[in-house]
Amino acid sequence: MSGLIVHPFSTRIMSTTVTVPPVPPTANVSDRLRKKASRHIKERFIEALLFCAALISVFTTAAIVYILVKESWIFFEAVPLSRFLFDTQWTPLFDDAHYGIMVLLSGTITSSAVALAVAIPLGTIIAIYLSEFAPFKVREIAKPFLELLGGVPTIVYGYFALVFLTPLLQKIYPELPGFNLLSAGLIMGVMIIPYVASLSEDAMRAVPMALREGSYAMGATRLQTALRVVMPAATSGIASAYILGISRAVGETMILAVAAGMQPNLTFNPTESGATITSYIVQVALGDLPHGSIGYQTIFAAGLSLLLLTLMFNLLGHYLRKRFREVY
Amino acid sequence: MTPQDLQAIRNIIARAKRWDAFFGVLGILALMVGVLTFMTLFVDMAIQGMGRIDVGFFTNFPSRHAGQAGILSAWVGTVLVMIVTGLAAVPLGVAAGVYLEEYAPKHWVTDLIEINITNLAGVPSIVYGLLALGLFVYQFGLGQSILSAGLTLALLILPVVIVATREAIRSIPQIIREGSYACGATNWQTVRDHILPYSSAGILTGVIIGMARAIGETAPIITIGALTFIAFLPPLPFAGEPPAGLFDWLFAPFTVMPIQMFNWTSRPEAAFQANAAAAGFILVLMTLAMNGAAIWLRYRLRKNITW
Repeated sequence: MSGLIVHPFSTRIMSTTVTVPPVPPTANVSDRLRKKASRHIKERFIEALLFCAALISVFTTAAIVYILVKESWIFFEAVPLSRFLFDTQWTPLFDDAHYGIMVLLSGTITSSAVALAVAIPLGTIIAIYLSEFAPFKVREIAKPFLELLGGVPTIVYGYFALVFLTPLLQKIYPELPGFNLLSAGLIMGVMIIPYVASLSEDAMRAVPMALREGSYAMGATRLQTALRVVMPAATSGIASAYILGISRAVGETMILAVAAGMQPNLTFNPTESGATITSYIVQVALGDLPHGSIGYQTIFAAGLSLLLLTLMFNLLGHYLRKRFREVY
Repeated sequence: MTPQDLQAIRNIIARAKRWDAFFGVLGILALMVGVLTFMTLFVDMAIQGMGRIDVGFFTNFPSRHAGQAGILSAWVGTVLVMIVTGLAAVPLGVAAGVYLEEYAPKHWVTDLIEINITNLAGVPSIVYGLLALGLFVYQFGLGQSILSAGLTLALLILPVVIVATREAIRSIPQIIREGSYACGATNWQTVRDHILPYSSAGILTGVIIGMARAIGETAPIITIGALTFIAFLPPLPFAGEPPAGLFDWLFAPFTVMPIQMFNWTSRPEAAFQANAAAAGFILVLMTLAMNGAAIWLRYRLRKNITW
């Protein structure tokens, strides 16, 4: 900054150490004012630029909704909503085409249920252990490790489910088909453990120490404190961790595309093969259907259903987390 | 208090302590499920794939003969897509993070942006694929190209970069800003000379984690219709057919590591499964290295910075 601001009265004091050259006051002020104006414009311009970058997120959401609605519109013009919701067959590529989303939904629900049966108990136990039991050193090692586990590409998990876990399960249960929802769901559960564990642990750690100390002072053990004091106090945070886990499971794609087979199958039996909403989209994208045909547009209708499903869970999780933040 | 009462109390205490000890073991076992799964996965893939990993595996194109197939086009594609993703996601994400922390007034537009970012972080990756298919491929006519894939993944990791930027900026004490303003610096001068340099390590951590996620993403790229059998490389700058340009490679068809692995996994022949294992092993090593670097960076950051 070249315009040194010199207070008229300060020169007398400063003259003992530095001599300040006399500056014509009028020139200085107008100089400063001009500078300030240009500085102001530059500042506003940069702020506008940064605002545009932040607005991208809004555009992305709008674009997702616009594209999905626009493209599924072509589908819903040909297929009435009631047939989409209530038909019990999903055969869009056959001559006798049926479009019952329930078939894909059943695969999604079954695989997610298996995954959550693994991830929720294990994730909760790990969270309690890390937040209430583990010595500092164990926690310092375990948390980054969980993070690494969550960073493994899902295609690798899918390969592992197909090539390692399915043959292993077939030894116990020989009738299991090579593609099944069970092994895909189990591996998906392991994949979700880190999310559930670390979010639940955050919620438990947010519980004030005074509550624990009160419980210990009454003679409770660590487990009693964890189950009867910490967990009830962190309920909404833990619930939001579960819900985010559910939304992960519903949206997971590659594990199911690789290991569960892509046969649409209205079943809630995890030992059968099945297609989910996500793996169906992959299947069509890999095929050579032309853009604009009803068969191709089904993936946008399926995507829209998926978006609505996960949006519901995300909003619920967001609401619960907000509530839990307000407690303390 | 009779001796019987005392005994009863002692029993209750002993039982509670037994449960407590039992849970201590259970917790370690639960952790071990994760650890063991990961170890098994890693070792199994290493055993299956190690025989295939040599120089030729990195310098060969995919082939109908499993023994000659390699990942040249896949890793080149991954690197190019990551360059586009990084160039798009980092400036946008950091700018958005800076805006929300340093500039944004408290009103409904800011709230809308924040809710959107939270929501986008929870949208399944395949939905981003559908967005890209409708928007980049058909609406903008970018085709099934490196540019489309890079931009799709950039949108996907944008929330990660924004959240990391905000957290890094939030940890800078208010005194730093006040000192800067007191010297007459403007908002932007403060951000440029103080906020960004001090938060750069934290932002880098978030960027690395986001890029590690983008490298492993398969579903959105399959959805935009990336080909799985690519036996050529994108054109070098100025090397393609005339009129050749600097950025021809942006519009070239491509494949990436996870798609190459998916392709090999879905083949019935056992020889291709070994290729899939080898590709998966390299992919896991890449993401492990990136995530490990991020974790190490964060650890050093926490240790070294005292305001």
